[in-house]
Amino acid sequence: MAQVTLRKIIKEYEGGVQAVKGIDLDIADHEFVVLVGPSGCGKSTTLRMIAGLEEITSGEIDIGGAVVNDVPPRDRDIAMVFQNYALYPHMSVYENMAFGLMLRKFPKEEIRRRVENAAKILDIGMLLDRKPKALSGGQRQRVAMGRAIVRDPKVFLFDEPLSNLDAKLRVQMRTEIKKVHQTVRTTTVYVTHDQVEAMTLADRVVVMNHGVIEQVGPPQELYHHPRTRFVAGFIGSPAMNFIPATVEARSGGLVLRLPQGIELAVPAARVAKYQAYAGKQVTFGIRPEHLTDTQHVSKADIAIFNAAPEVVEPMGMETLAHIRMEGAEICARLDPTVPAAPGVPMPLAADMGNMHLIDDATGLVI
Amino acid sequence: MSAASMVPGLGRRVGSLRSERRWALITAYVSLIIAAIVMLAPPLYMLLTSLKTSAEIADLGGNPWLIRTPTLENYTALLGNEMFRGFFINSILVTVMVVIVTMVISVLAAFALARMKFWGSQVLATGVFLTYLVPDTLLFIPLYQIVGGLGLLNSIWGLVLVYPTLTVPFCTWIMIGYFASIPKELDEAALIDGANWMQMLTRIFIPVALPGIIAATIFAFTVSWAAFVYPTAFITQPDSMPLTIGVVSQLIRGDTFAWGQLMAGALLAALPPVIVYAFLMDYYIAGLTAGATKG
Amino acid sequence: MAPDSSAAVAPARPPAARPPSNAMKRFARRRSTIAFLMTLPLISVIAGLVAWPASYAIYLATLNRRMTAFIGLENFDILLDNETFRAVIWQSCFFAITAVLLKALIGFWLAHMLHHLPTKGQRKWRGMLLVPWVIPPALSTLGWWWMFDPSYSSINYLLNAIGGPSIPWLGSPWWARISVIIVNVWYGAPFFMIMYLAALKSVPEQLYEAAAIDGASGWQGLRHITLPMMQNIISITVLFSLIVTFANYDIVRVLTNGGPRDLTQVFASYAFQVGVLSGNIPRGAAVSLFMFPLLAFIAYFVLKGVNQRNKEMA
Repeated sequence: MAQVTLRKIIKEYEGGVQAVKGIDLDIADHEFVVLVGPSGCGKSTTLRMIAGLEEITSGEIDIGGAVVNDVPPRDRDIAMVFQNYALYPHMSVYENMAFGLMLRKFPKEEIRRRVENAAKILDIGMLLDRKPKALSGGQRQRVAMGRAIVRDPKVFLFDEPLSNLDAKLRVQMRTEIKKVHQTVRTTTVYVTHDQVEAMTLADRVVVMNHGVIEQVGPPQELYHHPRTRFVAGFIGSPAMNFIPATVEARSGGLVLRLPQGIELAVPAARVAKYQAYAGKQVTFGIRPEHLTDTQHVSKADIAIFNAAPEVVEPMGMETLAHIRMEGAEICARLDPTVPAAPGVPMPLAADMGNMHLIDDATGLVI
Repeated sequence: MSAASMVPGLGRRVGSLRSERRWALITAYVSLIIAAIVMLAPPLYMLLTSLKTSAEIADLGGNPWLIRTPTLENYTALLGNEMFRGFFINSILVTVMVVIVTMVISVLAAFALARMKFWGSQVLATGVFLTYLVPDTLLFIPLYQIVGGLGLLNSIWGLVLVYPTLTVPFCTWIMIGYFASIPKELDEAALIDGANWMQMLTRIFIPVALPGIIAATIFAFTVSWAAFVYPTAFITQPDSMPLTIGVVSQLIRGDTFAWGQLMAGALLAALPPVIVYAFLMDYYIAGLTAGATKG
Repeated sequence: MAPDSSAAVAPARPPAARPPSNAMKRFARRRSTIAFLMTLPLISVIAGLVAWPASYAIYLATLNRRMTAFIGLENFDILLDNETFRAVIWQSCFFAITAVLLKALIGFWLAHMLHHLPTKGQRKWRGMLLVPWVIPPALSTLGWWWMFDPSYSSINYLLNAIGGPSIPWLGSPWWARISVIIVNVWYGAPFFMIMYLAALKSVPEQLYEAAAIDGASGWQGLRHITLPMMQNIISITVLFSLIVTFANYDIVRVLTNGGPRDLTQVFASYAFQVGVLSGNIPRGAAVSLFMFPLLAFIAYFVLKGVNQRNKEMA
């Protein structure tokens, strides 16, 4: 077990394209860190550099207190779970899990003990004699994890391990991975493009975009206090609404002027923070759950406006209303008991206590 | 168009579809039966001849496609012939050695070319393909000089030396294809599991690409067994001849051909590849088509 | 270290000042070295047994009969003036082009017929039809030779039985040429069939279904779907077979040995006769070198096709 430290890591491919543009990251011992971002953001490259499968152009990677830049993968004491599992097709499940230990010349008894132990953790004891071809997707996934566990490495690396599974199994394996981590407590770096996976699994989430880290933090913090427009939009589903707005001073307070003449009052607590933007064009961000019907709100800092939904989607536990505004397409989460119909104007309540303002010039949340 | 007028039209269409299908199937079977007769007639006739006595062969009166007094005497005579057994042994020796040499060379090279990008690897891969296009009949005269210079004319070692030009390029080519189809994550997993290059090749690549290895081995075997140009050029003494040239040159003597024995010899010589084909047909065909579909 | 976000972005520290240690580079270089060693046997075979003999052939072709003096292109001159050799050029081209065309057409037809059969039955037929390709050609040609025998021909027996005339298969020049082509087609058509069958199987069935719904007849399906989809494999197989057929030796050697009157000689058999049997090595080398321009021409197209395919697949 060990901490992992990345310092000013740059990955440049031939032709000068930078996939990773100098990232710094400290991962603590036992921590479960998830790298998340859209495809091409450099998250997989970062993971493969930690694994030693990809050369580092410049910077330093440190695993367990030693710089490993020049250490080949097999000597880094890491284990990796691949997206397509990469099980050796000609070996049985047992042999697949034992292979790494066998190459490291572990005694037979020790190998057996470790494999059986891992099989017990993962509940695949009855599959040990099968070939990967005879396994289902979820079982293969478990074997791939077993192969990592038996090695008892310093770090687990997961490269989008759930993206080949169907939706139901994905949820189930997600829980499984979390359980395993709670049992073995190995430092884990996990790459995914799915923000739900990131939120549910991580101690800390690292959001990456275009080769840089946008924000690092525990899931709740990322959700409630995104630092950039990218993080605000990427984390959360349905995604945060972004509406062009102008900040205007009104009798000691501030209001947001949205398209179609809608005006929303800024809560008093936020006035000081936003004062400097008075008269300026900004982007107003609000999550769909903070944009609701008026019948089920009682808090302060509520701003009410009228709008007609374009599409109404009943989901059972809630109803999503999609509203077209000039320059924006917004989504509100309504209580299912509230009658809502396409084209019929209805009052909506915006919980301004959870609003965000984004500076269009910098893309940062104010 | 009204529904009423459409229904009979539809019915007619279905009927014609069925008869169309039936005609297509009949055409297919007729073509294939004719083709099978033409394709199998020569070996069949060879077999018939080999089972006849010389007297029956020489008799112009009867139908040559029938046997009146079948006999195995041609076969027993050949198997009792030390020279013929020598041809067989020479063929086996040369083929076994060439297959081993070929597979070692091709598997090593294909692994390096498929997985370890290095300076000039692209050029070399193209080179392999080009070599495959150079026919033996273009090379046998200079090779005759070279093999002669090494003192290996009339020696099976000369054949072992030059046969790889027939086998190595194609085997390397198809092995590159098979190795390249192994997912990259598998070697990365092995790398992380602690394998070095040699372990990766022997523990992962060779077992996973086993069908390809079998196909390439079959190819090397059939090609060196059937090789004709090189032994014809390099071997003139019967005791070093492999089967192909041995049967063609030594069983034909003077003007009175022992046709029965000649056919028996040809069939015996053709037997090993035919047996391999009969038992490993799918691998055989996979090897044949791999060259074109991968290239 | 506590998992808290403020510690996440590490304080800027100058990147490692020491020059990036070279172990990783050494690892890469060692990989190149191992790769080179692994390909060394292959390189030796290509260089020593193909490239070197090929250039040696060019050198040989410029020597006199005893290989004592350089005579430039005289061997080529003499050959081109020689009527027999001009006939060899003609016969080689005629033989290769006719045989390859027939093999391609028959192979295509058979593959198509085979493709029509239910999948269960295909294996058996495919197995039978490929037999000619499996028997070493030098040996099966012996069988044909016997079937073409002037007095005992079993083919003539069948022809006579249906009232046809006896044919002097190997005795008259034109029939001898046709015989050589027949044997070559018999031997090579199954190969084409197998290649085309593999290609046919790789065309997704939905394409035909979509075409049928679009109103295509069977012939239109062949014309607009099968042929374009198989274009690559057809051209590669044809070009490749052209090389092999053009350079053929076994069949001519066993069936006619060049006769009658050297009229069925092709480059390979003539080179063998001049170079090895008559002992004029340089002239023999010159004969076989005549194959080279055509081979290079074909190789160029094959390679272009292959590259294009690779690009399309990438």
